[in-house]
Amino acid sequence: MRTILFILQKEFLQIFRNRMMLPIIFVMPVIQLLILANAATYEIKTIRTCIVDMDQSPSSRELVSKFKGSSFYRIVGYSFSYEKAEQDIEKGAADLIIQIPPDFEKDLVNEKEAAVSLVVNAINGSAASLVNAYTLAIVRDFNMNLVTEMTHRKVKQPIGIEYSYWFNPELNYQTYMVPGILVMLVTLVAFFLSGMNVVREKEIGTIEQINVTPIQKYQFIAGKLVPFWIIAMFELAFGLVIAKIFFNIPIVGSVGLVFGVAAIFLVAVLALGLIISTVSDTMQQSMFLTWFFMVVFILMSGLFTAVDSMPEWARAINVINPIAYFIEIIRMVMLKGSGLKNIFHQLVALIIYAFAALSVAVWRYKKVA
Amino acid sequence: MKQFLGFVRKEFYHIFRDYRTLLILFGMPVVQLLIFGFALTNDIKNARIAILDYSKDNITRKLTQKILSSGYFILAENLDNEAGIEAAFKQGNIKQVLIFESGFAEKIERDGTASLQILADASDPNVAKILTNYTTAIVSDFQKELLAEKKLPIEVKTEVQMLYNAQLESVFMFVPGVITVLLLLISAMMTSISIAREKELGTMEVLLVSPLRPIQIIVGKVVPYVFLAFVIALVILVLGYFVFGVPVRGSLALLLGYSIVYILLALSLGIFISSVVTSQQIAMMISMVALMLPTIMLSGFIFPIENMPLPLQWVSHIIPAKWFIIVIRGIMLKGIGVQYLWKETIILFGMIAVFIGLSVRNFKTRLE
Repeated sequence: MRTILFILQKEFLQIFRNRMMLPIIFVMPVIQLLILANAATYEIKTIRTCIVDMDQSPSSRELVSKFKGSSFYRIVGYSFSYEKAEQDIEKGAADLIIQIPPDFEKDLVNEKEAAVSLVVNAINGSAASLVNAYTLAIVRDFNMNLVTEMTHRKVKQPIGIEYSYWFNPELNYQTYMVPGILVMLVTLVAFFLSGMNVVREKEIGTIEQINVTPIQKYQFIAGKLVPFWIIAMFELAFGLVIAKIFFNIPIVGSVGLVFGVAAIFLVAVLALGLIISTVSDTMQQSMFLTWFFMVVFILMSGLFTAVDSMPEWARAINVINPIAYFIEIIRMVMLKGSGLKNIFHQLVALIIYAFAALSVAVWRYKKVA
Repeated sequence: MKQFLGFVRKEFYHIFRDYRTLLILFGMPVVQLLIFGFALTNDIKNARIAILDYSKDNITRKLTQKILSSGYFILAENLDNEAGIEAAFKQGNIKQVLIFESGFAEKIERDGTASLQILADASDPNVAKILTNYTTAIVSDFQKELLAEKKLPIEVKTEVQMLYNAQLESVFMFVPGVITVLLLLISAMMTSISIAREKELGTMEVLLVSPLRPIQIIVGKVVPYVFLAFVIALVILVLGYFVFGVPVRGSLALLLGYSIVYILLALSLGIFISSVVTSQQIAMMISMVALMLPTIMLSGFIFPIENMPLPLQWVSHIIPAKWFIIVIRGIMLKGIGVQYLWKETIILFGMIAVFIGLSVRNFKTRLE
């Protein structure tokens, strides 16, 4: 036991004697949390719109004023030629062109039917379909007004839809993203610290000094794990306080459960980092490996895009993705108040994971140069 | 000049004798692009829903049928009462519950309107919104069929054209983004540790007493990586084109030219990082922890910049990846030329100049 304590002391000294390390571990993630939580939104606030009104009639102006009146649309330009409007999209200055043909009002009066053409910049497909849905809703509204004016009778929809959004009635995106981003930042720090550690001793040559001491394998690994585990847990607590103060994130479920799961999750991540560290020859290799797993884990974890929409094989890959388990759990517990019973399956998976990774880490570390 | 070439040769040796790193360098981008190109998508398919039908009549059955056959939803369970809903949401089994009020068909017949309630698990607001949008669209389609005989007496019709991406595919958005992010992170990481490594291993002293000038050392460090990164860029572009069908509508030469400029930018950023730090570990922590998330989130790769709060939009201006994403999407998808991209070009070159200048200034020729 005393041996482990000495190793712990050595590790802490090594981490904190570099003055740049402290801000990197504690300040940078917090700043990122504060900034990035605001960046993560799919919500569309403004649709930059170009109007090409070739009719210039009272009817066309009324349609245009419907768009002007909506807070979603910002009219960035009026023009009489479609080519000019399309240039705005090419330049990236507009997202939508609404083109009203020359005979709009005439057709509406004579044929009782007129056409408007919408051109959407669809590079971002999901945003484009939202823009399309909003725009069609406004045109539908305009149609209803026309019908009411003509027939003097309100048109009724046969099926009235009522929405209720549970757990997050305002559809606040930060509530959803902040726990996820926090998990990612804590994981980043823990993963990289452990991934760099043993290989650094190899590269500098100090690993040989440790190898000739009577330290046991498990003592060595414990000495490498515990400091980072403490740092990461502390960082998680710190981040949760920040999230509560600055974003007022609801914590519906039990905080104790979050930390309990985090404790297991971090063992898995740190052990994974140590495995990478022991199989690498140089810090460069270790860095690229950690980075590779980190990017794959993060983007596949469901942090940004829903796991449910991934293909079957991608979800199969997520079985070995500890971040996916933890992000799912922390969101369920914090936002929905799920209890131990609800997260049982994921928790068991994490425990098995942590145990397996730890065994491999101890097994892979060999006390020979 | 001869000394300089010798230095460049030394750098090449350093890189090529480390097979593992080389394998990682080329293998990783390919694997990542394949995974993300196939797995990253904002379209939702097969969302699990529950249905609580108090009415069980002809119309609700038809509507249920229509909703389930749309491909967006799978029926997870039929509920009898509202008691189990919260538990099911907490378990995470279902995303949405549809509740038909009792006497649904009758009410439509008698009052002209009946109510359908949608309960969504909005802990993920984005998914909740998309699913309710899907449902609404299907229901209003269904209403049109109900009202088929009563066509609107007067109507403005819409013709919609989706520019650049008619099928609304997510890969069109993600492949250029993945190229941008991978190139920046790989290049910055490769160079950021190269100078720090010489410092840590002690070989820096040897370089300092050599007749090489600081600028020669820095340029010599960059040259080999330009080749490497350019090959990686080519591989990703080829994959994007043949595997994912992401077109290059503009000039290919222009695209490659810009890629080189962007690689230079990423490398000079890496050199800058390595010139201010003392150890490889710090260099890595900075190029990972500090670069990775802002590059992914503030570049427009996943989240559109126009939707962010204004201060963040300003912050995004200093993210190199943001400018290259505009360029690469412009050339690949919109097929535009230099005349629309001069602003981005100036910014990319300006950033290179700033980083190189700062690194040369920070480069200490003396030992501490």
